[in-house]
Amino acid sequence: MWLSDETVGRLQQIGTEPDLAGTKYRPVRELARGGMGTVWIAHDEELDREVALKVLRPELSTPEAAARMVREAKIVAALEHPGIIPVHDVGSLRDGRVFYAMKLVRGTTLEQFRESGPTRAEALRAFVRICEAVAFAHAHGVVHRDLKPGNVMVGPFGEVLVVDWGVAKLLRDAPQTISPSPPHDEHQTRDGTVVGTPGYMAPEQERGEISLVDERSDVFALGAILRFLLGEAPAPPPLASILGRAMHAQPESRYPGASTLADDVVRFLDGLPVSAHRESHLERLARWATRHRTLLSLIAAYLMARFLVFLWIDR
Amino acid sequence: MPFDPDTGIGGTAGRFPPTRATIVAGLRGGDASERDRAIDALASLYWKPLYKHVRIRWNRGNEDAKDLVQGFFAHAIGKEALEAYDPSQASFRTWIRLLFDRYLANETKSSSRLKRGGSQRALAFDEAERELARQAVDTSLPPDEMLYREWVRSLFSIAIERLRAESSERGRQTAFEVFHAYDVDRSEGERLSYADLAERFGVPETTITNHLSAMRRRFRETALETLREATASEQEFRAEARALFGRT
Repeated sequence: MWLSDETVGRLQQIGTEPDLAGTKYRPVRELARGGMGTVWIAHDEELDREVALKVLRPELSTPEAAARMVREAKIVAALEHPGIIPVHDVGSLRDGRVFYAMKLVRGTTLEQFRESGPTRAEALRAFVRICEAVAFAHAHGVVHRDLKPGNVMVGPFGEVLVVDWGVAKLLRDAPQTISPSPPHDEHQTRDGTVVGTPGYMAPEQERGEISLVDERSDVFALGAILRFLLGEAPAPPPLASILGRAMHAQPESRYPGASTLADDVVRFLDGLPVSAHRESHLERLARWATRHRTLLSLIAAYLMARFLVFLWIDR
Repeated sequence: MPFDPDTGIGGTAGRFPPTRATIVAGLRGGDASERDRAIDALASLYWKPLYKHVRIRWNRGNEDAKDLVQGFFAHAIGKEALEAYDPSQASFRTWIRLLFDRYLANETKSSSRLKRGGSQRALAFDEAERELARQAVDTSLPPDEMLYREWVRSLFSIAIERLRAESSERGRQTAFEVFHAYDVDRSEGERLSYADLAERFGVPETTITNHLSAMRRRFRETALETLREATASEQEFRAEARALFGRT
């Protein structure tokens, strides 16, 4: 029997399909490969819908990796927020590999969103929604640790979803509901381990100082995402100051969390002063003029009308 | 649930039980008929990759290549040769290639080659020639990589034939035909939807997806069973299974 190279490749691909026998899912096609797992589009036979199924990669199938995956599923499942991908189910395949099912996001990554050419205001509004999702996780004691454009999906209506919480860190004050059992300490990343993505990683993460990683490390990554969204064009001074504060080398000089960063961006969008920037009189006047553009237009129109009336009477 | 700490591909111990003895165990066995069966199994998996190897790497004519492949299985594989095999040094496939190359070198050195006796296997050399004519062989590949690709092709062919036979025995011919049409026969760029197959086989689309799902699972299991027979140790099996299905 002759098998072409294409057929051999197809059969090899089939071989990598997770064996979902005994589950309510049927594999449809591979969607993406991450550091720990492969994400498949699968069909949920009971609910007749498609889901995203993250399955531990075969070569990484160790008890420790399985525990990490379950931990990830539990962390995400506990974070019920419109900006965080919902987890539906967790289980084991016949070969022992752990999987979890989550909502299938039909959107684009933040990278594709930027390529679609949004206005600055649209980009900033999307950014604020990312910050809100991350702030929600922070409030629940969870630090993402790998925020980057590839881990943010943008839906067709501008909704954002933060995905891939595989290397998330639980802070000490995380509620019990998301502390995995057995005790999660043994699965936590130890000092000296570099977790994150270059270009988006905070300096303390790059140095492997895991114990210093907290909400402010995510703030740094959010700053890098903001810089990515703003592109090459020079940012107005208040926005540049927001970037500078978010991406400050010293964690204590950054925003304390994602919500304060979001607040500043919202203030910028509303034409209000931002906490990160001390503005000059001229800047204040310019901002005031921009914010009250309508009022100024009305006053100018009124003065012009008065002037014309004056000229007419004078004639 | 019991968990295999090394790999998920082979599954937990005993997940894919070897249905037949491994080739290496058969070759090492004391029973002559057992050894013959092992050589048959070895030949069915390796004859085509080795034939292509000698045609391309050694640039030998087809008649010469036929004789050399036949001679190799008739004379060079035996209990004595197996004694020199050390699984910690090389995979069984690499060892077979080295043994074959040594055999070819010796045969080439011998100015007056002895007429080869022994049993002649029914091997479809013409088919291998036709394959060589239609496939684009990348001659820049290292010998082991080229042999590996042909070996995978051969392994999958055997797995598909076993699946065909098993499906026929179990009255699952339609399921096999669906799999064959969609995953094996479909040519490059051919658009074939589940709806097309449903119409062709006169079944609902859901039946097509169920057939495909079940047959793909059995194909994977059968390919792994075949692989297990062709490897010398559990460790080698796992490494080969990872390379075959777990490559990233």
